[in-house]
Amino acid sequence: MKQLSVTHLLGIKYLKQQDIDLIFETANHFKEVINRPIKKVPSLRDITIANLFFENSTRTKLSFELAEKRLSADIINFSAAQSSVKKGETLIDTVNNILSMKVDIVVMRHPNVGAGVFLSKHINAKIINAGDGAHEHPTQALLDSYSIKENLGSVKGKKVVIIGDILHSRVALSNIYALQIQGAKVKVCGPTTLIPKHIESLGVSVETNLKKALHWCDVANVLRVQHERMDINYFPSIREYTQLFGINKELLDSLGKEIVIMHPGPINRGVEITSDVADSKQSIILNQVENGVAIRMAVIYLLAQQIKPD
Amino acid sequence: MYQFSKNNVPLYSKQRLDSKMAQKILLNSKDIHIILHRLACQLLENHIDFSNTVLVGLQPRGTFLANRISQILKEEYNIQNLKLGQLDITFFRDDFRRRDEPLEANSTNLNFTIENKKVVLVDDVLFSGRSIRSALTAIQSFGRPDSVELLVLIDRRFSRHLPIQPNYKGRQVDVINSEKVKVIWKENNKKDAVYLINNN
Repeated sequence: MKQLSVTHLLGIKYLKQQDIDLIFETANHFKEVINRPIKKVPSLRDITIANLFFENSTRTKLSFELAEKRLSADIINFSAAQSSVKKGETLIDTVNNILSMKVDIVVMRHPNVGAGVFLSKHINAKIINAGDGAHEHPTQALLDSYSIKENLGSVKGKKVVIIGDILHSRVALSNIYALQIQGAKVKVCGPTTLIPKHIESLGVSVETNLKKALHWCDVANVLRVQHERMDINYFPSIREYTQLFGINKELLDSLGKEIVIMHPGPINRGVEITSDVADSKQSIILNQVENGVAIRMAVIYLLAQQIKPD
Repeated sequence: MYQFSKNNVPLYSKQRLDSKMAQKILLNSKDIHIILHRLACQLLENHIDFSNTVLVGLQPRGTFLANRISQILKEEYNIQNLKLGQLDITFFRDDFRRRDEPLEANSTNLNFTIENKKVVLVDDVLFSGRSIRSALTAIQSFGRPDSVELLVLIDRRFSRHLPIQPNYKGRQVDVINSEKVKVIWKENNKKDAVYLINNN
């Protein structure tokens, strides 16, 4: 029947094609809901959700919060900057303290890879991974695929290039898994230093020439250069990065075909993408944001469905 | 699995034969035809030209009835610009997480505002009244209607869990709880009919 095969959303790699189809189908309904004059449904009025952000986030946190409110859940927010984590509390202790407040679902972002998996083994609540280090960011990948499907009709058989800082990107890894499950072809493009070794073992091809990559693709998903995760210099200068891997209008016009431009945000305008491209009609960046709320509503709703009432 | 006889006709088990025998027809195509026309006339009496009225079929099964009534109003009573929509109530139901089977949502298509409109909710069978309770909440997401009425093909008396009654009803039936009323439409079943099925 119409249930997810997983009990938490820890990463795309645990999902099957049917799960993604179910999430998309449910998101279609919620997309209609969030365009009504009153954008709220009462389904989760007896569910409490904790948003635990051990790492900074603006749009993911806002998007989750809005999705939860649209479903009528009660929510509590926690960010590491103002918490006892600074005083030396462990992750399990922090979360158990929050769970004693009768929380049903935990949405967590954490700088450490596997934090969600670890937590799911130790506590009794549904876990949704909102990003764990440079590992996975499943809801972002789902909303990216959903946006591609909405724009191009399907994901299967489409050629998608992920451009930029692949090494530090959880968005890239989750996207690779999600696109491959749905039958898309995936290429990564960026400076050699920012492409993980052995990435070919995931079944993706590597291209270091941006123009060639853009010629090949139907969709370009442009990533931000994550300076905050870089302990050394991976490329000589931002100016050089922009010259080699920045997308501008002239470059797109020279392709002779129209490709879809995506960006998970936040955008460094003028670095990986110029303003005229980000704001062009080829860009579906703002659709991604709207779809993000619908996708997160779908994920939360489907996981909440598995919780039996007390 | 069915066993097959020599000439390849399935041999139904005794239980299946019994359950087939326990199916009784409540309304046939002709009855339904007459009832639909009567319901359309009753709507006409109260809503005259339908300029301020919208018909909303409840997903999934109320939409067939709403389509049929609107077709009669348009073709036989010459009502122009009749507004017809479909409303899904899944996310407004009171049994989310309380059922064994997960709920399945359908699409909602309401491409007009219902603010200050007279809304007629349309469903096939009125049983506990819980779906209608959900629909009353759901419809408010689209504005504040002037009034809301309820039209049903079958009103199962004595089974209400909530104080909800129809304004227009095709047929009132007295049915015990173990029995099921099944409405089929020629759009997906070749003919119109209402059956009473005994689950025992």
